[in-house]
Amino acid sequence: MKFGVVVFPGSNCDRDMQDALADDLNLDVSMLWHKDKDLSRFNTEDCIILPGGFSFGDYLRCGAIARFSPMMQSVVEFANAGGKVLGVCNGFQVLCESALLPGALLRNENQQFVCKNVFIKDQEDNLFKIPVAHGEGRYYADETTLNELEANDQVIFRYCDENGKITASANPNGALRNIAGICNKNRNVFGMMPHPERACSEVLGNTDGRAIIKNLLLAEQLVIQ
Amino acid sequence: MTYTVQIKVMPLKELLDPQGKAIVGGLQNLGLNNIADVRVGKNITLQINADSPVQAKQIAEEASKKLLANPVMEYFEIETSQSA
Repeated sequence: MKFGVVVFPGSNCDRDMQDALADDLNLDVSMLWHKDKDLSRFNTEDCIILPGGFSFGDYLRCGAIARFSPMMQSVVEFANAGGKVLGVCNGFQVLCESALLPGALLRNENQQFVCKNVFIKDQEDNLFKIPVAHGEGRYYADETTLNELEANDQVIFRYCDENGKITASANPNGALRNIAGICNKNRNVFGMMPHPERACSEVLGNTDGRAIIKNLLLAEQLVIQ
Repeated sequence: MTYTVQIKVMPLKELLDPQGKAIVGGLQNLGLNNIADVRVGKNITLQINADSPVQAKQIAEEASKKLLANPVMEYFEIETSQSA
């Protein structure tokens, strides 16, 4: 399984992602420049990652311009063909703007850029401590869309407290229903605001991100050291 | 003919606008207590080459729908005028 990390002008977590995947998880990673569009070396068993940062300076809206870059056109085709795509933070915003995921990420409710460790839990109630760093992370979609997401088990992560309780005070940005990450109906496109790539290395004091990347993206037979 | 087209892009009415909320607080600190609410959006000005104001508006609408506004969170209004 190969990984590709898209580099937009203004991406700033692309190298973190590369280091986490290559050095910490020993995976095959290459970087993909936004002006290129060749994904022919990837097949649908592989995964393309849209990293965090401020693509195109967050001009107009976060992720709005990145969506039109040549590489994104290829990523949309790749996703529609069944390939795995993960967007983290700004990457999540790009996926929503590209309509690969429903909804939008709005300015944080408390009007502040939030940069800290938070707790999230997945659908099996596994608890992770993962850093967030964003000013526009308040997940929003209309009621119908939210109900559909829940009915189809598409909410993959929710903000919670350290005991796994989903509370308003554990929600760092005012995201509706404490949503921290979602996937599409076909379960091959994933978006999340927290940064698992910042929690993959022993020297950083937190390796909770490894399990997230493993659970979301890796086939069962692949074992991470 | 070149037309000047103003596009107002605003957060949907049902959405919380934290920027507006912060500004209300600032205005009230200035003593302007009559200002009950503020909402912040964008004004985008386009110069459009078109045969008629109707065509200019159509082009602006397409631009707004495809890029300038995100209907999940924003609505837009278009105003067209002939360039001097």
